[in-house]
Amino acid sequence: MSALPSPLFALVDGNNFYVSCERVFRPSLCGRAVVVLSNNDGCAIARSNESRALGIKMGTPWFEIRDKLPEGSVVALSANFGLYGDMSNRMMSIAAGLGPEQEIYSIDESFIDLSGVRDVTRRAVHVRSRINTWIGIPCGVGIGQTKTLAKLANHVAKTAERKPGSYPDDLAQVANLAALPASDLDAVLQATELGEIWGIGRRIGQQLKDAGLATALDVVRLDAAMVRARWGVVLERTVRELQGMPCIDLEGQPSAKKEIASTRSFGRPVTHLEHLIEAVTEFTQRAAEKLRRQDGVAGQVAVFVHTSPHRKEQPQYSRATVVPLRKPTADTGLLVQAAVRGLRAIYRPGFQMAKAGVHLLDLQDGSVEQGELELDDGVEDRGQLMHAMDHLNQRYGRGTVAMASAGVTGTRRNWVMKQERKTPDYTTCWASMPFAIA
Amino acid sequence: MCPPTILLLPERPVPISLLPLILPLAGDRVQAGFPSPAEDFNCKRIDLTEQLVQHPQATFLLRVRGDSMKEAAIFDGDVLVVDRAIRPAHKHIVVAVLDGGDFTVKYLHKRAGQIRLVAANPTYPDIVPREGQVLEIWGVVTASITQFKT
Repeated sequence: MSALPSPLFALVDGNNFYVSCERVFRPSLCGRAVVVLSNNDGCAIARSNESRALGIKMGTPWFEIRDKLPEGSVVALSANFGLYGDMSNRMMSIAAGLGPEQEIYSIDESFIDLSGVRDVTRRAVHVRSRINTWIGIPCGVGIGQTKTLAKLANHVAKTAERKPGSYPDDLAQVANLAALPASDLDAVLQATELGEIWGIGRRIGQQLKDAGLATALDVVRLDAAMVRARWGVVLERTVRELQGMPCIDLEGQPSAKKEIASTRSFGRPVTHLEHLIEAVTEFTQRAAEKLRRQDGVAGQVAVFVHTSPHRKEQPQYSRATVVPLRKPTADTGLLVQAAVRGLRAIYRPGFQMAKAGVHLLDLQDGSVEQGELELDDGVEDRGQLMHAMDHLNQRYGRGTVAMASAGVTGTRRNWVMKQERKTPDYTTCWASMPFAIA
Repeated sequence: MCPPTILLLPERPVPISLLPLILPLAGDRVQAGFPSPAEDFNCKRIDLTEQLVQHPQATFLLRVRGDSMKEAAIFDGDVLVVDRAIRPAHKHIVVAVLDGGDFTVKYLHKRAGQIRLVAANPTYPDIVPREGQVLEIWGVVTASITQFKT
């Protein structure tokens, strides 16, 4: 009888993913300092290596970057999530070729189960180069016996490439920690600050530092039972994973969400109730679509509005309320009704609202419906209508069919996101393809 | 404009019955009338995407601007199917980028260690990368789509 193959995982991660996506269609951005800005062009959410070298940190507000650096030294772009989503799908489907199972962990990262795969390092080099050739996105691949080690290996692969000398050069781009002799592995762990470990947040990290630890090697050498007694099972799991004992499985299907949120900062301040109703209706519609996609029903709807906390000179206002539904539902009409009722209750005129949002709470599986004594029979099941609505919106574009209170689409809505620096939807819109000069 | 969608909603409540209701399984053939003579020749309709796109993840569409490739039947406004998974070779039509500039569509000429980009229109000179210039072959053009006004 052959023994089970020992577990092995890879983490494939696109380098500076959003910036790399933009560079595929704007070669002139290569070699330049580039940042991608968050919704409403707020702050940096992706940086090219050149931007990092200028000292731009993740989350730096755009106005600060603009004021501190000479004009033209940084190219700032509004996030183009349609483009990133399509490039992500392409990348994930190529990365999936590395092993029998894949967990898509975020827009630019996926874990691959490598158990039973032979010649992993060579295969990883091959898949990495295929992603680079086929879609133009440079990646780092980390390989280890557990997901936590794969994540750490990925950090090593990327850092060794970006900062020569930080780790051995042959670990750049593809780092297989499982193939290293014990002494070399210790050296790599010694060179890694403990804050880089997946699962060690800022708070626990500080506690470990206060206890005299500094590197990943210090953490690996902790006694798991002691860690459990002093810090709890979460850190114990991380320590065991670092020691090569798999505790976190690959998650194939994302589990159903316990709460669905749709919130947005407005392009400019909103004061009128009717505009807020439009926004809240739109948010509820989107949240309801997500809810139906996971076959769920919501028991309560929370709605909130607030002014900008950054504009301290203006009167501040912030309110939220939760509206319970008579019966859990996934019907957009009923959810919008509840959200708008909540909004009317918390709205006060005379404030410049900067953000609003809707949370669907108390989510349950829609297929197990609770029997209930019908108190009034005016409520009909509009499941079919909802299904048709989702279908039309998917087929003909968001907003084809909407609740009347969402108002009209387009620029007349004055609460839409500010995206002054967005590149075209190169790969998802027939009218926005890139040009080739003949 | 899309035609209005008419949705049929149940008008009356359906009474509960304890007897099982037997329904034919969807997809089961209904045994009535004459069998279709095409039944045994069931085929999938031709799919243009399948024909034009060999490597879906690596394929991108680009719009042509200009007439330098007109003798290769690539016209202004056409849509190019560009495959990045194909290794560029001599005489391929390629999308290239010279020194991080615009995308350019030309014939690739690779002879005696020298690379040049050649137009399919005698009024355009060849592009020969100079010392120090970087020429990137972005992808290989596998088809060009011309749409006619109808």
